Amino acid sequence: MDTSIAIRDIARKLFDEKRVNLIIGFEQGSIPLHSTPCFVRNASEVDRLIWNANCENNLAKYLPKIKERVGIVAKGCDVRSIIGLIKEKQITREQVFIIGIPCQGIIDRRKIEARLGGEEIMEAEEENDTITLKGHNFKATIKKEEFLHDSCQACAHKNPVIYDTLIRDNVVEGQTVDGYKEVKEFEAKSPDERWQSFSDEVSKCIRCYACRNACPFCYCQECFVDSSQPQWIGKTTNLSDTAIFHIIRAFHLAGRCVDCGACDRACPMGIDLRKLSKKMEMDIKELFHYEAGISLEDVPPLATFNPDDPQEFIM
Amino acid sequence: MPLSSYDEIHETELNIMENQMPQPEGKADKWEPKIIAFLCNWCSYAGADLAGVSRLQYPPNTRIIRVPCSGRISPLLILRCLQHGADGVLVSGCHPGDCHYISGNYVARRKFAVLNNFLEYLGIEKGRVQFAWVSAAEGKKFAQLVQKITEDVRKLGPATKLVRKQV
Repeated sequence: MDTSIAIRDIARKLFDEKRVNLIIGFEQGSIPLHSTPCFVRNASEVDRLIWNANCENNLAKYLPKIKERVGIVAKGCDVRSIIGLIKEKQITREQVFIIGIPCQGIIDRRKIEARLGGEEIMEAEEENDTITLKGHNFKATIKKEEFLHDSCQACAHKNPVIYDTLIRDNVVEGQTVDGYKEVKEFEAKSPDERWQSFSDEVSKCIRCYACRNACPFCYCQECFVDSSQPQWIGKTTNLSDTAIFHIIRAFHLAGRCVDCGACDRACPMGIDLRKLSKKMEMDIKELFHYEAGISLEDVPPLATFNPDDPQEFIM
Repeated sequence: MPLSSYDEIHETELNIMENQMPQPEGKADKWEPKIIAFLCNWCSYAGADLAGVSRLQYPPNTRIIRVPCSGRISPLLILRCLQHGADGVLVSGCHPGDCHYISGNYVARRKFAVLNNFLEYLGIEKGRVQFAWVSAAEGKKFAQLVQKITEDVRKLGPATKLVRKQV
């Protein structure tokens, strides 16, 4: 059965049984290859819900503000974010009904646009593994797997870890690329090269905070960059301020980030934010043997300690 | 009282940065490293005190900020020191197991491990930011530690990365 139809059936059932007041899912966006989050409040609206390979937003972002019972359409990374939010007591497990979707990866519009070289896509039709694109002067069929997001290629948990209902059969897990490859390559450079590369990257930053706003774990009522009393950090695009913003942003996500790639997709300047968060993820795994969003029981690594933690670097 | 609010600590940082460090005589034009040391009230600060009352000699390049616990140190405080002109930062607390607040230094240790790796990853020189455990009985260790970090930072030269340049 078509995934969109299956989602609608479940949604309708949830409303009929009065199990949720709200369902968060995706609807067709206003341009091709674009799906946009949608909030459905009653059974008559469920036909808006869709599922396709463009449903890229991490919908867990909306959960911390919601106080009622909510159903959510969630792919693998969304579910891992929800686990994090439950652990951080931003939402309760009972409150959220997870409509789990084993995910085959989300396609990266920017990659397709780069391949087309400026041609405007007027129509896109998705079939199993391919997408047929139509424009004014062209028609092309592309393979989905060639245009997946970097975070999707490195994804090791495509199937929802927890769920209340599963929309379709689980997909085969496994990464197509090593997620830490870029981090390791970066580590192999000299310190000065690393600094140069990092500062080139963050000097692009315009401090729009789209990365923060897209992140499901940035739910602080007042972010450290917004605080003016005390003012933790300068609000300018001075390299020093942007560098510190990005260091601390990555640090605040240590042991929490599930590598959904939402920050990376949100960045209008194309800053390689995953190079920072992946390093955090790798270190947390090596130092404290912890992986974020895998279980509801284990304690977040920076909220606990072990008397035998590594301390070779301390004099 | 140790400084615990961010405003207090930061104001102290800025005061230290703005005031010229005493220059050794005859070396007026020679650069001297500026080092900020965050010492926990219960062990390391007392260790520094012991170094003083024991009349141990150590370089005068370090300026001490007393904090309640090494667990108080947010990475932001360390980065702000480097941003506003410190050439090195030292964070020192009680030995594991000796924390006045039972587990403050254990939690700090995890934070510092991640931060230490991350700064190195981004290309901040190794040795710019250092961590130590100094107990109240280790006056000698404190003097040696300051000696070492001063030499380390002197070798690295003035901090350039992360420094906020006036535009």
